[in-house]
Amino acid sequence: HEKNVSLFFNCQVSRVVGTLLKDNPQPRTFIRGIQTVTLIPGDGIGPEISSAVMKIFEAAQAPIKWEKRNVTAIQGPGGKWMIPPDAKESMDRNKIGLKGPLNTPIAAGHPSMNLLLRKTFDLYANVRPCVSIEGYKTPYTDVNLVTIRENTEGEYSGIEHVIVDGVVQSIKLITEQASQRIAEYAFEYARNNQRASVTAVHKANIMRMSDGLFLRKCREAAEKHKDVKFTEMYLDTVCLNMVQDPTQFDVLVMPNLYGDILSDLCAGLIGGLGVTPSGNIGTNGVAIFESVHGTAPDIAGKDMANPTALLLSAVMMLRHMGLHGHAKKIEAACFDTIREKKVVTKDLGGNSKCSEFTDAICQRVKDMD
Amino acid sequence: MTARSLSSVSGVLKSVISSRWPGVCAAATCNRRHVSTYTTIPPPAQYGGRHTVTLIPGDGIGPELANHVHELFRFCCVPVDFEVVNVDPSIASEGDINNAIMAIRRNGVALKGNIETNHNLPPSYKSRNNLLRTTLDLFANVMHCQSLPGVRTRHKNVDIMIIRENTEGEYSSLEHENVPGVVECLKIITRTKSLRIADYAFRMAREKGRRRVTAVHKANIMKLADGLFLQCCKEVASGYPEISFDSMIVDNTTMQLVSRPQQFDVMVMPNLYGNVVSNVCAGLVGGPGLVPGANYGDDYAVFETGTRNTGKSIANRNTANPTAMLLASCLLLDHLKLHAYAGMIRRAILTIVTETRLHTADLGGQGSTSEVVQSIMNAIQSTRAHTLST
Repeated sequence: HEKNVSLFFNCQVSRVVGTLLKDNPQPRTFIRGIQTVTLIPGDGIGPEISSAVMKIFEAAQAPIKWEKRNVTAIQGPGGKWMIPPDAKESMDRNKIGLKGPLNTPIAAGHPSMNLLLRKTFDLYANVRPCVSIEGYKTPYTDVNLVTIRENTEGEYSGIEHVIVDGVVQSIKLITEQASQRIAEYAFEYARNNQRASVTAVHKANIMRMSDGLFLRKCREAAEKHKDVKFTEMYLDTVCLNMVQDPTQFDVLVMPNLYGDILSDLCAGLIGGLGVTPSGNIGTNGVAIFESVHGTAPDIAGKDMANPTALLLSAVMMLRHMGLHGHAKKIEAACFDTIREKKVVTKDLGGNSKCSEFTDAICQRVKDMD
Repeated sequence: MTARSLSSVSGVLKSVISSRWPGVCAAATCNRRHVSTYTTIPPPAQYGGRHTVTLIPGDGIGPELANHVHELFRFCCVPVDFEVVNVDPSIASEGDINNAIMAIRRNGVALKGNIETNHNLPPSYKSRNNLLRTTLDLFANVMHCQSLPGVRTRHKNVDIMIIRENTEGEYSSLEHENVPGVVECLKIITRTKSLRIADYAFRMAREKGRRRVTAVHKANIMKLADGLFLQCCKEVASGYPEISFDSMIVDNTTMQLVSRPQQFDVMVMPNLYGNVVSNVCAGLVGGPGLVPGANYGDDYAVFETGTRNTGKSIANRNTANPTAMLLASCLLLDHLKLHAYAGMIRRAILTIVTETRLHTADLGGQGSTSEVVQSIMNAIQSTRAHTLST
């Protein structure tokens, strides 16, 4: 118990120091009292897995109060698509959000919801810790790495032109500011989470200027964080080595496209999107944690969904807020339940219902106290 | 016009005419050996039935592997002479690489090691490998990843053919900095090149009897660029009804590759995704030391290791795995229509690869490169003795 408290305190200290070093210090009140978190259940299986997570948090007596909001886009004055004002206001106030899977209808007319959220809150870093789950066997064991992906620019800037009929150019944008931001975040993350090394993934042999700029910013950030080891590696070498021996990697930082591919590759190593947590960090201390799988409309409402991804994202959220004790408890309960294989959902190899799986975890959490 | 371009133009004309009016050209073409339509016409053997092939050793493990290829060819009495062209990556001028390109134009085929690119140099210094590929218009990079018996991997029964567009896409090296601190890099996708690579992929699939072609893209985000690529693939697919065509987004593809790679057959994709996917597949079947790669153009063909590594850290230590380079030389021999030699060497290599005690460090063993090459030569010797004695 003492160890937990001192660990808790140390993390609070580093967080406070980190906050003080940032440009706009935001005093946060999760050291004592209940923290309110905006919950976006989402579509499809979203509501069921969100209620599962709320139930487990209640069983663990986590000091979290949930504020449910809907983020279906509405058209504001001037015809611009935006998220509903009450959702925005809630996020601005709470700063932390948990999001289920969102569905963008094809003929909706508005851009994808994830894109809208990202733009509204300037979520520049996508963090995906990939840790092998005992009990969910994949050909890869002992995976323990984190992919940090720049989320706002790069190849996904959406700037494309048809130059002449039959010739299309797509622009990849790399800016100094965004690269610096993501590099700094990566090193701070490594420091705050006791990770030993950061690897920058690039293709500067071909894209000399753009990835060269990204690499330079990473090197500069490495200079400021001498306690974390820094290496750089080509994208193809990373892919090659990742499928042969993923244990050699720790924290990976990279621009948008490589990040997209590599983070999904790493998710595949540990078992897919159904068990992978993900967090999006924005400016001004905003962070939205989400499950990255789809809405699974075919099993929606049938109590068959697997809440693991959303639960692990919520655990990531607890760690981000400094509530390491609760995070550890819930994570251990979840992993133990999966390892036992007695009450697991269909995609994990069992045939239990979502509610049964949730209850099993709740029971375990209660037993831990 | 050079003899080569004349022969290639006449080759194209003949194939066009013979497809439209088969009766007319039967007489004209029957005296030519049947040439498979997806490889280029090999250069005519110049002196006494011997071919001249350009050899670019490259950096890192390149030179030692090139020597082993030399040794092996000499041992097997392969009628190939190598014209060695060294490319020094530290020189800023492009004289060396231009010499290499000229040599390849002269000979038509090349075997190449990877030339190092120092990415800390300014953008005026272009990647030598990329320069070679774009200048010679080697538009198709073909890599065949197969699980080899005797090599322990996490996934079994992998057999994927990867066809990657080799000249445009993200590797156009067109970058500029309009505003300080903001760099733009252009990714170019053209209709002609996309149609060309898609056509190549489907023809290859048909020749090899493959059932399914998968196009890998990111058209949900890059709607115009990858959208164009996908559209071209679909157009070409409609002309090959016996081959099923589907498409997959690149991040899903990598996820599927690490969980169930057996579902893929032939994959076609633009340049950068090709880089990622080919390296993932090479890793799945056992690493960079096992897979050969080939770059085909309309007029030239260049063979190299599939994952294009310099292997700087293991250079000159006699620990590199020569399998990839030797299999690439077999592909070279196949291209030159020296099938008997290619088959003999390939069979010997595949026999040796199954022997765990000869595995090099990248496969988890302690064998040395020279041991492996010597064993391959012994294997060839014993089969030769066997055929001689019967």
